[in-house]
Amino acid sequence: MLIHRTQDIAPSNITPRALFDRRREFLRLSAGAALAGLLPSAEAKLGPGRPSPYSISDTPTALKHVTGYNNYYEFGTDKEDPARTAGALRLRPWTLSIEGLVKQPKTLGIEDILKLAPLEERIYRLRCVEGWSMVIPWLGFPISSLLKLVEPLGSAKYVEFISAVQPETMPGVKSRVLDWPYVEGLRLDEAMHPLAIIAVGLYGDVLPSQNGAPLRLVVPWKYGFKSGKSLARIRLTDNEPRTSWMKSAPREYGFYSNVNPEVDHPRWSQGSERRIGEFSKRKTLMFNGYGEQVGQLYVGMDLRKQF
Amino acid sequence: MNPALLKPPLLLACLAPLAYYAWGLQTDTLGANPIEAVTRGLGDWALNFLLITLSVTPLRKLSGWTWLGRLRRMLGLFVFFYATLHLSTYLWFDQFFDWVAITKDIWKRPFITVGMLCFVLLLPLAATSNGFALRKLGGRRWQALHRSVYLIGMLAVLHYSWMVKADISRPLLYAALLGILLGLRGWWRVQERDRQLSGTYLPKRRGRIIPIVVRK
Repeated sequence: MLIHRTQDIAPSNITPRALFDRRREFLRLSAGAALAGLLPSAEAKLGPGRPSPYSISDTPTALKHVTGYNNYYEFGTDKEDPARTAGALRLRPWTLSIEGLVKQPKTLGIEDILKLAPLEERIYRLRCVEGWSMVIPWLGFPISSLLKLVEPLGSAKYVEFISAVQPETMPGVKSRVLDWPYVEGLRLDEAMHPLAIIAVGLYGDVLPSQNGAPLRLVVPWKYGFKSGKSLARIRLTDNEPRTSWMKSAPREYGFYSNVNPEVDHPRWSQGSERRIGEFSKRKTLMFNGYGEQVGQLYVGMDLRKQF
Repeated sequence: MNPALLKPPLLLACLAPLAYYAWGLQTDTLGANPIEAVTRGLGDWALNFLLITLSVTPLRKLSGWTWLGRLRRMLGLFVFFYATLHLSTYLWFDQFFDWVAITKDIWKRPFITVGMLCFVLLLPLAATSNGFALRKLGGRRWQALHRSVYLIGMLAVLHYSWMVKADISRPLLYAALLGILLGLRGWWRVQERDRQLSGTYLPKRRGRIIPIVVRK
């Protein structure tokens, strides 16, 4: 039997083997390019960021857990709520004003803030006051580079971080679970510490809304609630800010709220924690394991009283 | 309605929450913190069954379906069943049977104290849920003992509300439902007392009876 090969395909129309083998990659790239064209430029991948000596070498928590298990009460009090509802958060235009006891008060647009300093990847432990923890590869820059810009006055002792309130996108602010806007605070020297960063991304990509987009504080040696999300204002003051959680339950939440296995919370023992994705519990470390870097900030303080 | 026919499907239905969490653990669909989800879920169901058990008597009275009463024991035992599982998850997955830490916890953390108290109070009720214990105790004493379930209900809601961090809307919902179930009983008790005092149950006699009326 004779087999005839049809000759109606010109050799020039035949895809070279090497390209043919890469067809899926081509599809993926073109789909990615089409998608990137649809989104505003600021939403494009932020890139891996510079590696940092402050990163730890533990395996980061799975992205689906980092973005699916969040405490962000403006978007609901269940930890699955923010992943569902925070997509509505209006991210543009976004401004951050830095005011109070500074020489040069400023209101900055998000585009300028993103260009302010080179982005670094900081793989940090995150310890929630509720007794669970994660390891998150943040992308951000030290808060100090923001604060230096406005030149704090000598009288400035504290920094107040005020989160955004968008009643039309945040279902949670209708209820009075907490006093809105969400307020957190640090002592100025804590805020200037190189470990304290403003995160604008995680896992090499733009920060998801449920994690506090577009600008979120990350203070890894303190309980998670100290790291305010979706920051709108930063105010330098000479007296200790009253934070939302301090107003809600002053006996349970102190201003410092450093991770401290020695000081128990009335609801949760702080001696151990469950890292998300693990079965056994781990011992909680003093200052969440960052004691070597931040211990000197608290020399001479009774951390049981000033918890 | 024959309650004997209803019991097997009811038993299966009562096991459904347990099956849900077992399946969820197996397939890893309980979210980022499955152990917390199971612990809380089992606690929720202990409280749900407590409210379901407490609604048997009001439902029976309102509907006239006396056979409902025959299902109450099984429902009540499921309160104990889920409470035991709830406690076990805490002892095992939260504390890994570290009895020193557990003792400290019960002592230091009010919501654990109250939760543990609930469990201890459930023990005699579960132990006397059989016919033998009922006969041995006698109806009156048995009933007096089992009325402690009202207190257990209040303590369980307190345990829940002290556990949550800020949003107490769900504990409040449970408190409201419990309030209705206990309030109905209180209201019926007052009415019954009035009926007895006003002579409703006295045999009809000739002549005049001057009833003792105690009114608010």
